[in-house]
Amino acid sequence: MNHGDPHLHVRGESVFVDDIPAPAGTLHAAVLGSPAAHGTITGLDVSRALAQPGVVRVLTAADIPGENQIGAILPDEPLLADGTVHHAGQPVAVVLADSAAAARRARREIELAIAPLPVIVDAREAAARGQLLLPARTFAIGDVDTAWSRCDVVVAGRVDSGAQEHFYLETQGAMAVPTEDGTVLVHSSTQSPTGVQKQIARVLGVPMHGVQVDVRRLGGAFGGKEDQATPWAAICAVGARVTGRPVRLILDRRDDLVMTGKRHPYSSDYKLGLTRDGRFLAYEVTLYQNAGSAADLSPAVLERSLFHATASYAIENVRATGVSCRTNLPPFTAFRGFGGPQAMVVMEAAVQAAAQRLGRPAWELQRLNLLQDGSAFPYGMRAENCHAARCWDEAVALHDLDAMAADVDAHNRTHQATKQGLAVMPVCFGISFTNTSMNQAGALVHVYTDGSVGVSTGAVEMGQGVNEKIRRITALSLGVGLERVRLETTNTSRVANTSPTAASTGADMNGMAARLAALQIQSRLRHVAAARLGSPDSDAITIADGVVHLAGGPTRLTWEALVEAAYLARVDLAAHAFYATPRLHFDKAKEKGRPFAYHVYGTAIVRVTLDCLRGTSSIDTVRIVHDAGRSLDEVIDRGQVDGALAQGLGWMLLEDVRWDVDGLLLHDTAGKYKVPDLGFTPADVHVRFLANADNPEAVLGSKAVGEPPLMYGIGALFALRRAILAANPDLDPALVTTPLTPERTLALLMDAPRAATVNPEETPA
Amino acid sequence: MSDRGVCLVNDQLVELGNGDRGVALAWLRERRGLVGTKEGCGEGECGACTVLLGEPTASGRLAYRAVASCLLPVGELPGRHLVTVEGLNPPTGLTPVQQALVDAGAPQCGFCFPGIVMALTGFLLTSDDLSSHAATVALDGNVCRCTGYTAIRRAVDALCEHGARRLAAPGDRATQLIQWGVLPDWFATAPARLRGRDLAPRTVGGDRVVMAGGTDLIIQQPELLDDDGVAFLSRRPALATIERELDHLSLGGGVTIETLKHDPDVRDLVPDAPAIIDRFASTLIRNRATVAGNLVNASPIGDLTVLLLALDASLVLVEGGARRVLPLGEFYLGYKQLQRRPGEVIESVRIPTGVKGDAVSFEKISQRRFLDIASVNSALRARLDGPVITSATLAIGGVAPIPLVARNAAQALVGRVLDADVVREAAVALDREIAPIDDVRGTALYKRELARRVLIAHLLRLVPDRLRHEELV
Repeated sequence: MNHGDPHLHVRGESVFVDDIPAPAGTLHAAVLGSPAAHGTITGLDVSRALAQPGVVRVLTAADIPGENQIGAILPDEPLLADGTVHHAGQPVAVVLADSAAAARRARREIELAIAPLPVIVDAREAAARGQLLLPARTFAIGDVDTAWSRCDVVVAGRVDSGAQEHFYLETQGAMAVPTEDGTVLVHSSTQSPTGVQKQIARVLGVPMHGVQVDVRRLGGAFGGKEDQATPWAAICAVGARVTGRPVRLILDRRDDLVMTGKRHPYSSDYKLGLTRDGRFLAYEVTLYQNAGSAADLSPAVLERSLFHATASYAIENVRATGVSCRTNLPPFTAFRGFGGPQAMVVMEAAVQAAAQRLGRPAWELQRLNLLQDGSAFPYGMRAENCHAARCWDEAVALHDLDAMAADVDAHNRTHQATKQGLAVMPVCFGISFTNTSMNQAGALVHVYTDGSVGVSTGAVEMGQGVNEKIRRITALSLGVGLERVRLETTNTSRVANTSPTAASTGADMNGMAARLAALQIQSRLRHVAAARLGSPDSDAITIADGVVHLAGGPTRLTWEALVEAAYLARVDLAAHAFYATPRLHFDKAKEKGRPFAYHVYGTAIVRVTLDCLRGTSSIDTVRIVHDAGRSLDEVIDRGQVDGALAQGLGWMLLEDVRWDVDGLLLHDTAGKYKVPDLGFTPADVHVRFLANADNPEAVLGSKAVGEPPLMYGIGALFALRRAILAANPDLDPALVTTPLTPERTLALLMDAPRAATVNPEETPA
Repeated sequence: MSDRGVCLVNDQLVELGNGDRGVALAWLRERRGLVGTKEGCGEGECGACTVLLGEPTASGRLAYRAVASCLLPVGELPGRHLVTVEGLNPPTGLTPVQQALVDAGAPQCGFCFPGIVMALTGFLLTSDDLSSHAATVALDGNVCRCTGYTAIRRAVDALCEHGARRLAAPGDRATQLIQWGVLPDWFATAPARLRGRDLAPRTVGGDRVVMAGGTDLIIQQPELLDDDGVAFLSRRPALATIERELDHLSLGGGVTIETLKHDPDVRDLVPDAPAIIDRFASTLIRNRATVAGNLVNASPIGDLTVLLLALDASLVLVEGGARRVLPLGEFYLGYKQLQRRPGEVIESVRIPTGVKGDAVSFEKISQRRFLDIASVNSALRARLDGPVITSATLAIGGVAPIPLVARNAAQALVGRVLDADVVREAAVALDREIAPIDDVRGTALYKRELARRVLIAHLLRLVPDRLRHEELV
């Protein structure tokens, strides 16, 4: 009776929020989003909606009992619009009805009048008009201004990277159940149970102890449910408070697409200076982040962009500036990589431009400038246990990059209708929340009298396998079989003040907390065992596979008997433990410190084929050597590499999400927004985990794995651009726009003047 | 029996009452408590809601197909068998399909996996071709956001390897799958339990709407399913047949696109039909979408429409006792405007058998290769006498308010020795007869350029030895 999640998933028995049986009397919510991107609300009449069959209540800002505010970093995001709307899809009113269908029908009857205000959709335009979320930040090292004169070659250019929709298969949703004394139980599909709890307490005007948030699992999140699960849960909570009845809200796909934020589009200017032999001497970059209409997590995302401005390279003189620009689009938010990919694609574009100028393969420059132990990052930290070169060299040797390159060249010499391209993509990604205070986690382990074990942590399971990893860590730490351990729901009443499951840190931190809790119990049990076995020294006792060992040899004392004995001896079989990632610090005044516990490294080689007639392309092979430390579970980690890679490939070549000049989403249905499918993703993906790479900085020698492999996808962009270059030697390396869809590919294939006419607009908003 | 009919849901007979409306997905989840079927998109684009639909055949069996339950009207269920993941689950353990996915370490968040299990089970139940490639095609409507599909591919390979052994012998596939454990034992009793339960076909005429597959109509007008004003084309089995006549092949209006793909007579006329049709929508959609529905939907970018236009197809339109034949090219008057009289239904589509032996080329340029709507699609039928095209029909979608027959471009090709100059002249003619607009599928200029390029692609395919890519592009 303790199957893992995969078993439940294939039987359709795993429970998501919308699968929880609704208590009698449950109301269903439908949210009216603003039809305009910016404007003043001049009229809001809900009377006709209220008169519709099945409708019980219509909520507006005036119904919010506490503060109408859910902004986590900056207080700039009302739960329901009050006076002004700042983006299309911004929640304005909520219909509560007996069924979801009735609520959605009645929503159409709400009369909303908006007097339009000017709409800004472009980050640079917002910057020019002074619409900044916060003052610009700059990370610097060396002296970039004096370094230019020492450079033999300087390349400059611009990169525009598009937004990306999370397209978690399970849309946003929550259910709130009123409990006694004004408290509420909330089932939420969130990566951040404490964040949801905190904001609900705020909008209800109650202490946090009056809000219990419970999370079983998420049907995908990818960052999209870190901050942006909150409004839907808060709406349910307000509805439950106001009506005294349970309220469920599940966004339909279109609402989810229109109302929620996505990966930030960036527009960036770079300048890279090199010596004649290819050493990077100076790099300057300005990143304009399109933050959308409210802060959400944008300042933190921008910060991570700055931390990753130099990607995998050691550069002595750097100035990286980040500008977070307020526009009238939905607040952009966390998405796997969290600003890292947007910065790294700029650095790589600079490297490619330099290679094209020098007439050398980009990979020669990349390898020459790769980070090594002791290399200084612009933020003051030095690379430790650096595996950048190991991953690179192993990938290049294992897959014979030279032979692959020769093969591609041969193809391109003999084929006109198709061209191939090859790129190598190194990844270096810092692990830890860059906000140092968030690097803390708690766990609560219960051993029951029958020997079974329940574990609660702050980690949220969303497909990344964190529960299975923690289960293993706990079983190993207690010395019992996996089948005895079950992961409980993530619940704010069991483990409090949790950080979101994000920044790839879920298993690192919560796994360590669970291990510490398990070791406490194990230590108590060893004392009990020592007494029973007549050993003076509890250190001579070990527990393995459910059997007590003395001095290394098995005894007849089993785990069940030991637990029973401990209970009778009135020994505590539960433990809470806490973990704070050590040695982290960062001074924002100086923009220096040691923000990361460690870095994850890896290298991918990506090969693509371009159809020069149709402008379409296919990703042929991806060859990866990835540093997972001592993997906690290679199947899970392999799944994370594969999945992140596919999302990175999709971000670069396929997934196109844009808004029109009025700030209305163009790709507003699943029929219009295309994510990778079986036909798009390469069948030939080879992944090897770096051997002998134990990580001293995380639990059991492991490394975080969730985000870093996404950036392997950047290799596909430059492989495809290489293929285009093979067909069109006039390709301008100084302008890079993503995603590189068939439409843009065709424009680049054609002569420059004509390309300009084929593809006129194309700065993703 | 209730007047709304009886259906079989997994192993339970269900009487349908007045409240049983809408689409099967919501009905299963909200009224039947079967929440293993998930809603990912509500428009047939993700496959999380995949179920199996079994329909009685003339031989007394049930013919199953995997369909998206978000686009399956409850009104289609009477007399049929609906199978969800709960119906497949053994009391303990896993079916071989489920086991293969778990063994490969495939499931991550798990939300899409019930749908994948159903699609693969449907594949084993229906496909003659048990190759991994065919299984991959069967999953072309199932989106997974977590796995990158790598582990799913491993599972598919393992499953197909087993399947090739377990299902090699001839015999009833359902029986074989019951023996293998893919299907539960009670599956064998399903045909008998449904016998005599089919609803009598309702006359088509007085209803507000005749619904074929509904795969677009339900997305555009879901409220149609709120009441009884819909008549389902699938209740008229006579419309679901393909007949070979003297001078034409007659495709019944109710024939599904997936049926077309596998039909030997269609392949006889258009040998590449299976590969061409694989580019249309997805298996889940093709299993519901019909010939008539595709044509009457009048999308300017309909894939099947463009193919049939190039094949010089005609329509047989019926209304009551009246019947008329209309060339398909005359059916489209303007954007979503048809030369169709009130109450008229497309009974069949006629493809002249004279096209046999002609070259047929199909092109579709879309952002994603599969399950996507094209920026531009096109089909060319051409009869060749050596290097000379003696007759040709060129159809092109996405460049006009209607799916367009490009007569001038075709005319420019006919009767001349094909060389680069002729191709260029035809491209100029084509450019003059199209009028694309800017939309989410691309700018007008892009589509104009694609029109030229799909024409080149057709001709390169037709006479590969006479034309060279580099002199044309």
